[in-house]
Amino acid sequence: MTDHERYEAVVVGCGPGGAAAAANLARNGVETLVLERGVDAGSKNVSGGLIYAEESAPYTIDGLFPDFREEASERPVTENYIHNVAGDKVKTFDIGDLHHHDTAWADSVLRRRMDSWLARRVHELTRETGGGLLTEVHVTGLLREKGEIVGVTCEELDPIEADIVVAADGVNSELARDAGLMDWEDPDEWFQGVKAVAEMDPDVVDERFDIDEDEGEAHLFSGDLFDGVRGGGFLYTNEASLSIGTVFHLDSIAEERAEPQELLDSLLTHPLMAQWLGDDYHEVEYSAKLVPDSKKAALTAPHQDRLVVVGDAAGQMQAQGPIIKGMNHAVTAGALAAEAFADARSRGDPHRAGEFYEKKLHDEGVMDKLRPTSYRAVGKIGELGPIDGVANAVAESAVGRFGVRAAEGLVERAYNSPTLVSMIPDTKLPYVTLPTILGEELGERVTDENHVQPPELDDRIGDLTYDVGDPHIELVDNSFEASGTAVTACPVSAKDFGGGCYRDEMVQTNGHEEHLVSLDTQPCVECGTCAVVADTDWEHPAGGKGVEFEQG
Amino acid sequence: MHTVVLTKGVPDFREGQVSFDEDGHLERGKTPTVMNPNDKHALRAAFQTRVRNGGHVSLMSMGPPGYQEVLQEGMRDVYADDLYLLSDREMGAADTWATAMTVATGIENLETQPDLVFAGFKTADGETGHTGPQTAYCLDWPMVTHVVSLDIDEEAGLLRAKRLVDGDVTEIETVEAPMPCFVVADPEFEPTYRKASHRLEHKQLREETQERAEDYEDVLTVWDHEDLNLDPDYIGLDGSPTIVAGVDPIPKAPSEREATVVDGDDPSSLEPVLDELTPFAAGD
Ligand SMILES: Cc1cc2nc3c(=O)[nH]c(=O)nc-3n(C[C@H](O)[C@H](O)[C@H](O)COP(=O)(O)OP(=O)(O)OC[C@H]3O[C@@H](n4cnc5c(N)ncnc54)[C@H](O)[C@@H]3O)c2cc1C
Ligand code: SF4
Repeated sequence: MTDHERYEAVVVGCGPGGAAAAANLARNGVETLVLERGVDAGSKNVSGGLIYAEESAPYTIDGLFPDFREEASERPVTENYIHNVAGDKVKTFDIGDLHHHDTAWADSVLRRRMDSWLARRVHELTRETGGGLLTEVHVTGLLREKGEIVGVTCEELDPIEADIVVAADGVNSELARDAGLMDWEDPDEWFQGVKAVAEMDPDVVDERFDIDEDEGEAHLFSGDLFDGVRGGGFLYTNEASLSIGTVFHLDSIAEERAEPQELLDSLLTHPLMAQWLGDDYHEVEYSAKLVPDSKKAALTAPHQDRLVVVGDAAGQMQAQGPIIKGMNHAVTAGALAAEAFADARSRGDPHRAGEFYEKKLHDEGVMDKLRPTSYRAVGKIGELGPIDGVANAVAESAVGRFGVRAAEGLVERAYNSPTLVSMIPDTKLPYVTLPTILGEELGERVTDENHVQPPELDDRIGDLTYDVGDPHIELVDNSFEASGTAVTACPVSAKDFGGGCYRDEMVQTNGHEEHLVSLDTQPCVECGTCAVVADTDWEHPAGGKGVEFEQG
Repeated sequence: MHTVVLTKGVPDFREGQVSFDEDGHLERGKTPTVMNPNDKHALRAAFQTRVRNGGHVSLMSMGPPGYQEVLQEGMRDVYADDLYLLSDREMGAADTWATAMTVATGIENLETQPDLVFAGFKTADGETGHTGPQTAYCLDWPMVTHVVSLDIDEEAGLLRAKRLVDGDVTEIETVEAPMPCFVVADPEFEPTYRKASHRLEHKQLREETQERAEDYEDVLTVWDHEDLNLDPDYIGLDGSPTIVAGVDPIPKAPSEREATVVDGDDPSSLEPVLDELTPFAAGD
């Protein structure tokens, strides 16, 4: 046997999932090593983001990390609205009931601040167990012995053995892929999130939203402002900034050949936004990341040998209608995985942690939130072509429109029903058609003029300068058919824009013309999109290399 | 493991820090003093042994009282457990030999004999590269220079080093030496930490040394020539055999050379330039 360095537990990634796992392992006295590839935890991470503490959840972030809300979050979300947009007409519903359903509290967060705060706590806690947290370490895969997973391999360190490996390495988990639990094949299992953070004086935030310093708002947007791409937008208030972004189904982005940065700009420049953004829009960061859709991607058995997978890495990201819940589930899953290991160890059988973890996910009701039965029963059927077509037609017909007008209150109630929103099929009907009709039939015209001029893509990229090290993504098939979608879908590339990652060109070879794609990873923000929509050999950059978000 | 690292202060030659008078003389008063950049490589090498093998790192310098801050800088930016400053008027204006004598005596005066002494590869002001080797000579220790990587075998009492042959990166040899030993770290020295436990230790020690550096006086020992029992005739200016016969200012590059303007848009005007350059391209 090779003489490897050994820890009882190795946790890969220090986002909310990894932090929760590490904290709970440490509390159970397990010697825990945490490996994070960023220069700082949070430097790689993006979320909208509202972190929820659900009343029904066995673990919440402030339960595991007292003082979290005072130290690491931005503002509590006290009001929540959805705006149905049709041109310049907007119908707004208060979805406070949906927001508050099962919610102990929900705060807006910026991930750099949040995760680096968590990481400091995690380091203190794990240090006491003989482990600790290391940044700038890229875990490249699983260490196996006689075909069985026994630890991890790293770019910067020699292989490490452990009794439990917690893969909390987020979306595009190299560990889940190595274990064969996840592939990055189907665009319809993912969303793509793109976000801008705009600086704003705290007093101005208070004034423009008419809130106190200990209040915050969440605004969601859907309708016809995104060129028919399925998804929506959000705006959240932070202490001294706004987070404004979009989340779209990746298959829809791919099919429509949509340019993510332009969809974000459509939101930023809509007249409705003028009241909040004013004339002094100053974007401090542009970012993007894939988001798994738990309805389709959540692993039903997120473990193998000594490996357990938590959070985005296991697809545990719930889109509850327009509300996005990833961080809270990552926290719960991380803490449950730790609990499972502690149980297994006390029974003298530490290697059964995975099995226990799976059971806990079911018993605690997490699995049913991630893969709701109601969606399997209704939503999936709704996605079948003919039904979707009929539903769209009905909704758009005079009858449908009349129904909408007659039943305004009912529609608002429907938006606030957790069961109904969990059934929403992934079709244009709920994301585009219905909101547009709502806007048209019930909406009021917004007359404000929006003066926001979003930065050009090269300025957005320019603000994110960093050393990527060696190219971390390889184009396996550079034909346009195989990889051309990335030219538009990559959030830092665009058709006819030379400064991004992906470019396409016509090349003359042996008398015939070929449509080819080329890749330059220099401006890459590591969102993961081209791992799914293009034919690539995709890895994260080496520890400490690559994009470094200041906000997240 | 006890290691000592030797350092000195040099003018901060970085753009924006250094200042020269009209005649091109360095203005010492206006230029901040910093730790000799090459010594940081030596200190990193010592820190690596501290992380991997444990023990104790002492940072030592001979110089005016102001060098306390140079020692503090090393402690803050890299690492040190304690600091030694050899300082009094008698030691002033020493050449490299008198410095080596003094420093070697400082090392011998330590409570425990170190296993390793590290020095950087030449100073940014003197550029001689003599002090290290002369100190090794005074101590009568083996010496390994141009070290780019280092492993310690404590049980065998050996160090294993990779070093640049003739200071050239193209040729690297591996050598072994018994300890105690004198090591001159090359600017190419790269500390390596491939074990998680080493990185955790590194992180912890970095935090500690930064804290310690805030109250560095608590761990600073200042010795004068009497503490070291040194005869003033053998140290400082009196003990320096080097005679500086004179200093030639380096003339400013004459600016009024004949210049030929080349029109970049006109390929034919580039031909004479190419003709001029061809002999150099051949390597002669
Ligand atoms: C635009 C957008 C909006 C969102 N809005 C919300 C929201 O409002 N509310 C919500 O709850 N969720 C939201 N999400 C989803 C949420 O961000 C994720 O679900 C959540 O971050 C998942 O947490 P995690 O701990 O599983 O993974 P992550 O937070 O992604 O953390 C993974 C960590 O692992 C590290 N890592 C990855 N690979 C390696 C490796 N090989 N070696 C070492 N370290 C590695 C990463 O650097 C990172 O720190 C949003 C996402 C996006 C993109
Ligand atoms: S190159 Fe790929 S991973 Fe990088 S930003 Fe573009 S789509 Fe995202």
